[in-house]
Amino acid sequence: MTAEALDAVATKPARAKTSSIKRPAWEEEPTPAGKVGKGILLTFLVLAVAFPMWCVVVTSLSSRKTIDQAGGLVVIPRGFDPGAYVTIFSGGQVARAVWVSLIVAFGGTAISLTTTVLAAYGLSRPGSLFHRPLLFLFLLTYLIYPGLVTKYLVVTQLVHWKNSLWALMVPSAVNAFNLIVIRAFFMNVPAELLDSARIDGAGEFRILTRIMLPLSKAVIAVVGLFYAVGYWNIYFDAVLYIDDNNLQPIQRLLQGYILAGLSPQVGMSGSFSVMPPTLAVKMAVVVVAIIPPMLAYPFVQRHFTKGVITGAIKG
Amino acid sequence: MSRPRPPAPRGRPGFAARLRRDWPLLVMTAPAALLLILFHYLPTLGNVIAFQDYQSYLGDNAVDSFVQSPWIGFTNFAELFSDPLFWASLRNTLFLTGFQLVFFFPVPIFLAILLNGILRPKLRTFIQSVIYLPHFFSWVLVVTFFVQMFGGAGLFAQTMQSHGLTPPDVMTNPHTFFLLVTAEGLWKDMGWGTIVFLAALAAIDQSLYEASAADGAGRWRRLWHITLPGLRPVIVLLLILRLGDALSVGFEQFILQRDAVGFQAAEVLDTYVFYHAIAVTDYGLGAAAGLFKGIVGFVLILIANKVAHRLGEQGIFAKS
Repeated sequence: MTAEALDAVATKPARAKTSSIKRPAWEEEPTPAGKVGKGILLTFLVLAVAFPMWCVVVTSLSSRKTIDQAGGLVVIPRGFDPGAYVTIFSGGQVARAVWVSLIVAFGGTAISLTTTVLAAYGLSRPGSLFHRPLLFLFLLTYLIYPGLVTKYLVVTQLVHWKNSLWALMVPSAVNAFNLIVIRAFFMNVPAELLDSARIDGAGEFRILTRIMLPLSKAVIAVVGLFYAVGYWNIYFDAVLYIDDNNLQPIQRLLQGYILAGLSPQVGMSGSFSVMPPTLAVKMAVVVVAIIPPMLAYPFVQRHFTKGVITGAIKG
Repeated sequence: MSRPRPPAPRGRPGFAARLRRDWPLLVMTAPAALLLILFHYLPTLGNVIAFQDYQSYLGDNAVDSFVQSPWIGFTNFAELFSDPLFWASLRNTLFLTGFQLVFFFPVPIFLAILLNGILRPKLRTFIQSVIYLPHFFSWVLVVTFFVQMFGGAGLFAQTMQSHGLTPPDVMTNPHTFFLLVTAEGLWKDMGWGTIVFLAALAAIDQSLYEASAADGAGRWRRLWHITLPGLRPVIVLLLILRLGDALSVGFEQFILQRDAVGFQAAEVLDTYVFYHAIAVTDYGLGAAAGLFKGIVGFVLILIANKVAHRLGEQGIFAKS
């Protein structure tokens, strides 16, 4: 493997169609046993992810009869019945939970991206006033653990966000890691470009919106998607801060539906009681919960390698 | 930006000049900084309520209650350290951390080496795309998948029952719970964990391999003498971070499954704080536990960093 392996991961260059694989001349052929072992292991890993997802999707699209015949999850699809999706989107708890999660995901991402990008730019110039102490303020969050209790007290008893969606969107809005990643991109923009803009009379905000943002669209999109997936997956914060059944996000609903038999009472007050739905409906909710990360994934996947590495190095 | 006054001939411009020049940057940093101060550093400082009999009803808000609450010295710590449930949760936490350090931490390294050996880029990208995916799932989803596969009514139980076998009780057995949570963690993050190692592998100078192969080193010797040393800085870095986090072992994962397997096996430090402090409004006790965890974590990370320096590694922060 060559040093461009990283790029191969990130951007996947088009290869010539020749099926001959370029193995360096000095490298010996793998033993047949080694080849088979590798093949089995990697196939197993891929199936371990793909198989459960397949079963869930197939079951969610199966009729009650098929599910009864299978006695549970359906592996081999027989027929097609979107009834479960009609049920959950015809209103009621699931539709409401999806709305709540969408609001949190979009609202939270907007808040996170705005604050993170602004601060990343504000911290992108070493030597500016208070640069070092401010940067330290952000980096120190890696090392200092604030504690569950006191954060809970600040959110519920200082800003009074119990049963408010703000509690899910604001307290964890800024992630220092993401900030460092974006900042690293900003700092790589050639200084001449900024100087010329300044000579033309552009202020800092204009430089950010007209030069920095267009140049770093990709990384900002990826960080935004990471934030969005994080907000979509919010579960425990909802256990802490949201008692109102009408404001529960999808993950809480999923926990109520699926794990109810497993662990009846999660949460402090007002256990999240639900009517037992059919297996197809349960699996349809699982599919709904998976869709947003799956949609975000191809975009993120193309870029995350670089982002993760930059963060790892600079952090 | 045009400077109103020529800068001082030597050294940095004065404070006023720098303020005039840099205030837009400060304004831009302010929202994020204020959020951190309010929701990260204020709670950090707020841990002093560990030395109080903190009662929420004493004031109109958290700060007011803090001012009104009486100071009681180390009573909360005495209560915490005399609670056998606290020690049990600490024991569970440390056991799981240790177990996962041995059986979870090395897996992404091996997997990265394996992936790095795949020569067809398309195949490699495909495998990576699939095994990275669960990282983006919530813990609720991950546990759901395990319940549907291995639970009492799950696919494997069905299959075994239809063949006349008795399925093992995987999801609710406290004795094998540590294996279950490790398996869940691996399923979720093993693929994702390879990224940083793959990057480190790509940075290894390929001519080293060629030269050593020419000198007659076989694949295992090359693995041992070139690949693993090349990965060492990354491994040390991640080990330090993991050690600093030794007292957290995934939170939602345990909250979700604690009642299924019982608290004896599934109570970890974080869930202890949740059930024995927040849920019963014993905030002083919870702050004591949080402070204990924070300080131990901080000390551990400093020690690990020091050890790394001793071993000639860079660690997370420079020696300076």
